[in-house]
This record gives sequence, C-alpha cells and structure tokens, in this order.
Amino acid sequence: MNQMKNFTKGFLRENPILVLILGTCPTLGVTSSAANGLGMGLATTFVLVMSNLVISLVKSQIPDKVRIPSFVVIIAAFVTVVELVMQAYTPGLFKSLGIFIPLIVVNCIVLGRAEAFASKNNALSSAIDGLGMGLGFTLALVVLGSIREFLGNGSIFNIRIYPEDYTTLLFVLAPGAFVVLGYLIAVTQMINKANK
Amino acid sequence: MKQRESTFINMVAVLLVISLISGALLGFVHQMTSDAIEISTIKLQTDAIAGVLPEFDLVKPSLKVLPDSESDSLEIFPAYKGDKLVGVAVKSYTDRGFSGHISVMVGIDTMGNFTGYEVLEHKETPGLGSKMTEWFRDPEKERQNVIGKNPIKMKFAVSKDGGEIDAITASTVTSRAFLDALKRAHTGFGKFTGKTNPEMVQPEQ
Amino acid sequence: MNYLIIFISAVLVNNIVLMQFLGICPFLGVSKRISTAAGMGAAVTFVMVLATIVTYLVQKLVLQPFDIGYLQTIAFILIIAALVQMVEIILKKVSPSLYQALGIYLPLITTNCTILGVALLAIQKDYNLLEGVVFAFSNSIGFSLALVLFAGIREHLELMEVPSQLKGTPIALITAGILAMAFMGFSGLI
Repeated sequence: MNQMKNFTKGFLRENPILVLILGTCPTLGVTSSAANGLGMGLATTFVLVMSNLVISLVKSQIPDKVRIPSFVVIIAAFVTVVELVMQAYTPGLFKSLGIFIPLIVVNCIVLGRAEAFASKNNALSSAIDGLGMGLGFTLALVVLGSIREFLGNGSIFNIRIYPEDYTTLLFVLAPGAFVVLGYLIAVTQMINKANK
Repeated sequence: MKQRESTFINMVAVLLVISLISGALLGFVHQMTSDAIEISTIKLQTDAIAGVLPEFDLVKPSLKVLPDSESDSLEIFPAYKGDKLVGVAVKSYTDRGFSGHISVMVGIDTMGNFTGYEVLEHKETPGLGSKMTEWFRDPEKERQNVIGKNPIKMKFAVSKDGGEIDAITASTVTSRAFLDALKRAHTGFGKFTGKTNPEMVQPEQ
Repeated sequence: MNYLIIFISAVLVNNIVLMQFLGICPFLGVSKRISTAAGMGAAVTFVMVLATIVTYLVQKLVLQPFDIGYLQTIAFILIIAALVQMVEIILKKVSPSLYQALGIYLPLITTNCTILGVALLAIQKDYNLLEGVVFAFSNSIGFSLALVLFAGIREHLELMEVPSQLKGTPIALITAGILAMAFMGFSGLI
C-alpha cells in the first residue's frame, strides 16, 4: 500500500472516532476542553505507534491462541509508561484526564489496529498506520473539545473568544458531549459521501 | 518467518516472556520517573502553600492536628519569615459538596484571618460550583470575598442561612460546603495555636 | 446508610454510562433490542462484581505489600481477561443454558472499559472490600439500567422518520444526550 495514503486515511476517510466509531469513551470523557483533548490524543498516539510497531515485529513468535492476551500485555505496558511519564512531567494534565489514562488499555482503537493491521503488516507500515490513526484520533478530540469549550465556556485552548455570560453551560456537561459528537459524525458522513 | 505453533508449551512460554519483558521495562521506567513524580507532587503542595500565604522563607515540617468532634486529622504547615511565624497553611476538606469531596489549601495569618485559599481537588459542576476557585477571593466584591475575614468574629455562613457571605449564584450547596471546609481549617488553626501559641513560638532547630 | 449512598450515587447520580462515559461501545453496540441489552447487563454484573473482588485482593495483598503499584494497569487487565475466559469455560460446563444466554457477550466484556474502570475507581476511592463490592454491583445496575432504557428508546426510534444525514450513530448519540440530560435531574439527590 502507498505509505502516504496509509498515513492519511486515519484523518477523514477512516477516522477512528468519526467513521469507525471506536474509542468513544475517552472521546466523550475528556473533551470538555481543547487542551484535554490534545493531551489525551497524543498519549493515545504514542501507545498506538509503539504497540503497533512492537506487535508487528514479534507477531510471528506469538502462537495464534494467545494472540489477544499477548497484545493486551504489550499495550498495557506502554500505557503504564505513558501514565508514569505524564504523572512525573505533566501532573496537571495527568490529574484532569484521570482514570481515562489507564483506560487507554481497553480503548478499542489500540487493540483494533493491533489485530486488524499490525498483526498482518510489516513494522514500517504498522508504525505509520499507528501514527496516522493516532493523529486522526487527536484531530477528532481537539475539534470536539474546541467546539464544546467554545459553546460551553466561550473560549478555545483557554483563550477567551466571547464573554462568559453568553455561554451555554450544557455543552461542557455530559449531555453536550453526546449531542456534539452526534452532529460531528453526521457532518463527517456527509463529507465522505460527497467525496466519493 | 513461520508462525509459531499453538502448543501448550509455546503458549505459556511466549506469554511468560512477554510478561517478563514488560515487567522489566516498567520497572526501569518506574525507576526513571519515581524521583520526578515525587518532586512534582511536593511542588504542587509548596506552590499551593506559597499561593495562600503572605511572603515567607521557610515552611516547617507539617504536623497533624485532630480538631475535636472530627474523625480525620488536618495537615498544618507553619510558615516562617526569619524567626517569626507569618501564618499557617491548612490542608482542609469537606464532604458536603454537590458532588462530594472538596479539598482546599487555606492560608491563615497569626491573627486568625484568612490570607488566601487554593482549591486542590473538586468534582463540582463546571460553570456553576466550580466557580468557587475564584468566587470567594474577588477583592472587588466585599460580600463574597473571604480574604481578610475571621470566621470567629462574624456570621460565617451564606446569606441564605443568615450569614454574611454571598453564595455563588445557583450553587448554594457548593458554597455551604466551601465555607464548611474553611471553618474546618480555622478549627484546625485554633487547635494548633492552642497547643503551641503562635505569638510565643520559638523556632527550634 | 453509607452503602445506600454508594448505590444511589452509582445508579442514578453518577451513572457510569451517561455521566462518567464508561462503556459507551457496548452502550451503542448492543442496545438495539431490550432482550440483548438485558443479557449484556446480566453478564456485565456478574463479571464486574467478580473482577472487583479479585483485583481488590490482588491490589491489597500483592501490589501494595511489594510496592509495585505501577504494575496495577497491567495486572488488572490480565486478571479481567483471565476471569472472563474462566467464567466462559465454567459456565459452559455448569450451566449450558445460561452459557447460551450470556455466552456471546462474554468475549466483548474484556474490552468493556466499565470493568477495568470500576476496578480502578474502587481502589482510587479507598473503599473497603464490602464497599467495593456494593460499588461494583451498583455500577453494573446503573450500566444495565442505561442500556435497557436506551434499547427501549431505540426500538421506537426505528419506526420514526429521521433525517437521512442523522441516521444510525448520530441520532443514537443525540438520543443518548437527551437521556443524559434527564439523568442530570438526579444530581444533588445525595
């Protein structure tokens, strides 16, 4: 496969959140602000790239029947690395993302790419696939986070756009997350249909 | 490369090797980051203390104080400038928040007046209860500002309960809880001074 | 009293799906029929309580005494995966009828983040074992409640006319948003 295409497919055509509908839990949980979305996206991207890379390298050594448990252990190891590093160097972000960091382990995107892509392709394509998917995930999180922060708090990345008095609080709360994501997916479907 | 067979020995061996390597890797990373984690945790705490007290140059090791009629003890950090006690920072809490636990670092000077506060942890509703992080220290709004006030010398409650503090609009529960945490801090301060009397305290080395 | 608060908080006020955003995948995936939603709920209840007990014991008896808390994530997910597998095998032998009913949901549960999430939260909140069990049970009830309610709405939604751009996942998410709004009415209950 063309590496460039392999890289960019995660952005829109096969965006993990907006098209494949994977990893919705962290998507909804951490996107009350754009900055949180960015942090979560990058953490997940790191795990995706590393686990895809390692799994594609060792795949022939792993017996088929213990494939899933082996993948899960490898993924969990990288998640813990991210957890420790974030706790040490970005304690504020670590606190606001909370339980969603260890839960990257069970993010369907990571295991899904390991199973669907890395276990069948070579190391380079797998790493690129992980990077593309991870950045697509990050992009969707930042867009979602920006919309919610803009509507609910009147700012984007903590930069105030309009006065707080006119904000619609609902969008930073739970219901807003569901509704904004719903419309975002609808818009993506329309764009993808038009591009066909 | 040929796919490894799914024999029992192979399966156990592969899983074991993967777990061992992962464990070793994590042990290594843990070793690398554990110092930094400790430093950043302490830094969060010292930053909070510095934020709630007037200028000081030394924080004595904290001590635990158990106010009467409380089950949990409070952690108190006495701060000194030279030999003189300038105030204490009290790590206080309340469980009466709209969504439960709230933890606050509260600064109190030797006269018993609040010098500042910093909300450390809360789960209050964003945009409503979460406003407490700024609401009670707005120097422009005398009725809602708690800085410089002493809860013993006034009716320290929200106006709805007949007190002298204006609650956050539409967040009375959070406001009550917040004042509860502040009062708890002040009780801890009273207990601390009762024990060691700040005016008389000699810096012991 | 304490247990009652944990229960109400987990089922209504901080509903794990609608307020904490855990377990959204099965929430959207297996909520098209009330019967499948109930089956999934039952399977999750079973595994969640079991998993919370085992992970709690491992945390207190192994991870903490040996000071290897940083292995928490990896240990918990392995325990959950192994537990799901074991439940599947035992169920197959002991009660084939129950296996028939719950069997297809079990493999999906390993990657259901509610299980790992609740196990981690029970440790984080510093519960004792009994509180942890109540917490896990309440959360699984909350999960089942959200799932069944949502399935009921979706059965009706199929008969409705929905704008073609919103068909499928978008309308499901918007519906979930409205359901979450309804659950917000419970906040402040405790």
